[in-house]
Amino acid sequence: MTKFSMLALALGALTCGPITAHAADQAIPPKPAAATGKTTETKATETKASETTTKPGATKADAAPTSSAPIHKVSTETVDAYVKATFGKAPEEWQQRIVPDDTMKACNKFRNEVPTDVAEAIMQREIKKVAFPADGKLLGDWKAGAKIANNGRGGQFSDKADTVNGGNCYACHQMAPSEVSFGTLGPSLTHYGRDRNYTDAEIKQAYTKIYNSQAVVPCSNMPRFGTNGFLTEQQIKDVMAFLFDPESPVNK
Amino acid sequence: MRSIGLSVLFAFVLCTMAFRVHAEDASEREIERYRAMISDPMSNPGFLAVDRGEQLWAEKRGTKNVSLEGCDLGRGAGKLEGAFAQLPRYFKDADRVMDLEQRLLWCMQNIQGLDTKDVVARRFSGPGRVSDMEDLVAFIANKSSGMAIEPQLGHPKEQEMAAVGEELFHRRGGVMDFSCSTCHGAEGKRIRLQGLPYLAGPGKDAQLTMASWPTYRVSQSALRTFQHRIWDCYRQQRWPAPDYGSDGITALTSYLNKIASGGELIVPSIKR
Repeated sequence: MTKFSMLALALGALTCGPITAHAADQAIPPKPAAATGKTTETKATETKASETTTKPGATKADAAPTSSAPIHKVSTETVDAYVKATFGKAPEEWQQRIVPDDTMKACNKFRNEVPTDVAEAIMQREIKKVAFPADGKLLGDWKAGAKIANNGRGGQFSDKADTVNGGNCYACHQMAPSEVSFGTLGPSLTHYGRDRNYTDAEIKQAYTKIYNSQAVVPCSNMPRFGTNGFLTEQQIKDVMAFLFDPESPVNK
Repeated sequence: MRSIGLSVLFAFVLCTMAFRVHAEDASEREIERYRAMISDPMSNPGFLAVDRGEQLWAEKRGTKNVSLEGCDLGRGAGKLEGAFAQLPRYFKDADRVMDLEQRLLWCMQNIQGLDTKDVVARRFSGPGRVSDMEDLVAFIANKSSGMAIEPQLGHPKEQEMAAVGEELFHRRGGVMDFSCSTCHGAEGKRIRLQGLPYLAGPGKDAQLTMASWPTYRVSQSALRTFQHRIWDCYRQQRWPAPDYGSDGITALTSYLNKIASGGELIVPSIKR
């Protein structure tokens, strides 16, 4: 019954209740298929929707050779001016949060489809921002991790300052098979540890991905939970245990 | 109250079915059934806002003690039919592109001589707080119900708005590195159980989305405008609060209406 109440709650109050949704992403961002439901005559797989086109219904193409060089119809300065006009009344600390660093500048410029050299530069830059636990232990308490995976609070301008941040993994990922309310923005993580034989290499890779997704998948949609200081080291360890503990429901 | 009732009803509907993991088709079908249940315009409380908006439109206010009937929303002073379907648009008198809410504030200030501070303070309704803006938007948008979204892109400033909106849609930032496209950049995605429309290009999703605002939100027991939707999106993106009636919101609206061109407005709609 709990499951069903949660389901109703998720549907009834997802965007305004405590279960506020957010997104992470695929390990490998897929190319979205061309848009269905075309409005008028259209040539499928034409150009990116971002390009100037007078044809309504032009669809976003799979990555054509030219698509990694998006055509920006307005200058960065113009966009920055709009950002200032829109968010300029927010507290200074909040405005600093939306100043893109070099990695986000690159992802924005190429709309996440970065050329190989830019992708390499991102990974090299971001791997330096990954801090592994001093005690060498990457796995914490899976029960605490399950709560963190389910918690979508924190980081919103509506949250109280003392709010404990959640990872909200379920917003985007399937995890424990028993939890039916999961999103599909990221890949399913069911049986994550079990499918990877709980190896140290896989554990280290997953820790890196959670701590700083950009170090593993350039322009991944997933937040940089550790590097951006959203989750604590202990919280990341607990989520890791949720993925890798053989007793965790994720691996049942 | 209503939202609790619906949640309970929905929970009951779900409890009566064998729910299996990977039964995604089944859950999608049930979600659709729930949507159909609440999509009855005859029981849509959003129409109460339409009625209140109609009265506000004709009410004499401000230092000039005149109604808003002298306000030109793009089709001529006082002409409401089809005006919303063509907004945002460029207004020569203000030399700016404005969405409906920006334009209404401009008309209150310039035609009525009304100090809009209180109106802006009540931009979103809440318990014991009515919103003139929500009511006016519901009334005016309803005058375009049944019409096609017709983005205005002839003027260079209108073109700039739509282009900037597209850039903002893809711009990542904040503590989670999120942009609009994080959620709305691919087709057929869900956040938890909530389906996400694909808004990175033209198509049915964009049309259906933009054709449904303003809407009565059952979960919030309030008529909500698109200004509120974008404000809420940025909240969830972990960005700062966007300023009400600011150009970034109008830019996003322009971009989205551009890709939603031709969508048939059915407003106010009713949503979760």
